[in-house]
Amino acid sequence: MNIYVLLKRTFDTEEKITISGGKINEDGAEFIINPYDEYAVEEAIQVRDAHGGEVTVITVGGEDAEKQLRTALAMGADKAVLVNIEDDVENGDQFTTSKIISEYLKDKNADLIIGGNVAIDGGSGQVAPRVAELLNIPYVTTITKLEIDGTNVKIVRDVEGDSEVIETTLPLLVTAQQGLNEPRYPSLPGIMKAKKKPLDELELDDLDLEEDDVAAKTKTIEIFLPAQKEAGRILNGDLSDQVKELVQLLHTEAKVV
Amino acid sequence: MNFDLTSEQEMIRKMIREFADAEVAPGAYERDKTKEFPIEPFRKLAEMGIMGLPFPEEYGGGGADTVSFAIVVEELSRACGSTGITYSAHISLGGAPINLFGTEEQKREFLTPICTGESFGAFGLTEPNAGSDAGGTQTTAVEKDGQFVINGSKCFITNASYAKHLALTAITDQKDGKKEISAIIVPTDAKGFKIIDNYEKMGLNASNTTELVLEDVYVPTENLLGKKGEGFKQFLITLDGGRIGIGAMAVGIAQAAYEKALQYAQERKQFGRSLSQFQAIQFKLADMALKIELARTMVYKAAWLKDQGRKFSKEASMCKLYASEICMEVTSQAVQIHGGYGYMKDYHVERFMRDAKLLEIGEGTSEVQRMVISREIGC
Ligand SMILES: Cc1cc2nc3c(=O)[nH]c(=O)nc-3n(C[C@H](O)[C@H](O)[C@H](O)COP(=O)(O)OP(=O)(O)OC[C@H]3O[C@@H](n4cnc5c(N)ncnc54)[C@H](O)[C@@H]3O)c2cc1C
Ligand SMILES: Cc1cc2nc3c(=O)[nH]c(=O)nc-3n(C[C@H](O)[C@H](O)[C@H](O)COP(=O)(O)OP(=O)(O)OC[C@H]3O[C@@H](n4cnc5c(N)ncnc54)[C@H](O)[C@@H]3O)c2cc1C
Repeated sequence: MNIYVLLKRTFDTEEKITISGGKINEDGAEFIINPYDEYAVEEAIQVRDAHGGEVTVITVGGEDAEKQLRTALAMGADKAVLVNIEDDVENGDQFTTSKIISEYLKDKNADLIIGGNVAIDGGSGQVAPRVAELLNIPYVTTITKLEIDGTNVKIVRDVEGDSEVIETTLPLLVTAQQGLNEPRYPSLPGIMKAKKKPLDELELDDLDLEEDDVAAKTKTIEIFLPAQKEAGRILNGDLSDQVKELVQLLHTEAKVV
Repeated sequence: MNFDLTSEQEMIRKMIREFADAEVAPGAYERDKTKEFPIEPFRKLAEMGIMGLPFPEEYGGGGADTVSFAIVVEELSRACGSTGITYSAHISLGGAPINLFGTEEQKREFLTPICTGESFGAFGLTEPNAGSDAGGTQTTAVEKDGQFVINGSKCFITNASYAKHLALTAITDQKDGKKEISAIIVPTDAKGFKIIDNYEKMGLNASNTTELVLEDVYVPTENLLGKKGEGFKQFLITLDGGRIGIGAMAVGIAQAAYEKALQYAQERKQFGRSLSQFQAIQFKLADMALKIELARTMVYKAAWLKDQGRKFSKEASMCKLYASEICMEVTSQAVQIHGGYGYMKDYHVERFMRDAKLLEIGEGTSEVQRMVISREIGC
């Protein structure tokens, strides 16, 4: 089986986010594999081990993403592809990424493509479904169980806490929800072997794409942090006075009524 | 000059840090009380190929370097000192001498189960009357019909209850009134070999520390490790490597104490301010951060020298001495910053302080380290 995993390098969830010059500050921050993509890598490895084939992990990003790709290789993926857009694309969006990935995948005869349900940084959840649309194959999001029998696929998907059972066929794209599996720690032999596994680096040119073909469809106007939570206030005195004061405050201070 | 870790070292650090946080730290408090050996984390470490980390792949090892070993010991110790010492002794006292001095046969038979985690590694040097002065060894091994007959006792031996075999030192001959000490590999299930596990320790409660009693224990002479009469020289070389492990352990425990103290200082309010706003506390925390950074750098340097195949005895002693002493200071200050709460077990820092003390004693006391360094600098 020919399996592809879509993987994104993201901020560590433990990081404190700061903004400088209208951008999220990346200096000194720790970066990780997007946690939902980790489920995707794990699932791909399990499917390969059960049904044979090969797992290729693909990311769109910069040089720095090699680390996360190597980690996926250390977990057990067979090959990795980095589409390096550092020099070509300044402000990409979900369209940019999905366009690039689908161009790469269009002649690869992928049987199964697994992505994460959402990337914890941008949080759009769009890239994987867009790739499926562009490749014209079915997709199922937020899956918690995957059973493959020949080309028949049975899936359980999470619908806001409830489960939905879906039957479909390969080729297929799915996105991983928490609960799909328990991602393994890379083993020491895996780590020692990761360096020797193939990691291809491509640029837009190699995919016959021009910058204009992948230009973002959206524009970010402003990035800001949520307002700081202020300490609560306790009103005192006569109950009816408190009610009056509360209404007054909601009106003049909080400006919600 | 390059202070970056390699990509393998970095991946190993990330993997073992996540593992330590998720699988080792949660049980540490409980194990300190119940003295239960951390067998479950080690079963998983074995699955991940960590138990043979620095040994050659042909014996089931991982082929990683000493810096990676130091990283693993530090991270495990940050989560649980007992797990840290168990691992450090397993590799540097148990596996290393067999890897360094064993024959091909011996490596296949004795190093392989250590690499796979089937057996823990252990090393029996210390005796009731031979600690710092290991030359005072009294255990004897007399050759008889192709066998050694071993009699004597060892004390404070880490991991022996969980080892299938271990190397120990014994007097094999006397020449001109001078003892000839050799190392011999002994299966722990040999007849006449008793392993007693009932010390009441100050700390490292979940680690296994044992007394060995040998009464007419027979092992084939092929079990001689390295050359006859070179036992003393061999364990000095073994301890050089082990000291990097103790240094890394010290850095890990100190790091854990520092992190707890920093967090507590930011949360605890007295006199209307958080403790971290008092300069007296800030300076304590600054000193902790400084000392840990220096200790880690020295541990890495000693490990790096070893990986380069250079001489590293002096640096190994220095890193062990410095890291263990600052670990004691840092853990004590971490208790201090916690005030009365620090004296209570629930806050973990008193455990770090108790665990830390061993580091100034094991694998050569601080005084012995100073003797080694004095000798190295030409005194
Ligand atoms: C938890 C634990 C685990 C251990 N694990 C192992 C193990 O796996 N294998 C093993 O073989 N051993 C092990 N040991 C033993 C350890 O290595 C010894 O305890 C250590 O070497 C000190 O020896 P000693 O206890 O006999 O103290 P002593 O040698 O009696 O020392 C007592 C004090 O005198 C000082 N002193 C001694 N000689 C001098 C001198 N010439 N100049 C100045 N001061 C001196 C020492 O520094 C120390 O402060 C372990 C010990 C412990 C507590
Ligand atoms: C075994 C035990 C028995 C006890 N018995 C009694 C008893 O019988 N009766 C009783 O009333 N209490 C008792 N105590 C409480 C003890 O007196 C307090 O723990 C002690 O006064 C410290 O207070 P704290 O624990 O709240 O620490 P904190 O006051 O929170 O101090 C934490 C740390 O911050 C430092 N710090 C605080 N303020 C400042 C500042 N302004 N500048 C610089 N550093 C600062 C402290 O020195 C300490 O290092 C006992 C405590 C223990 C552990």
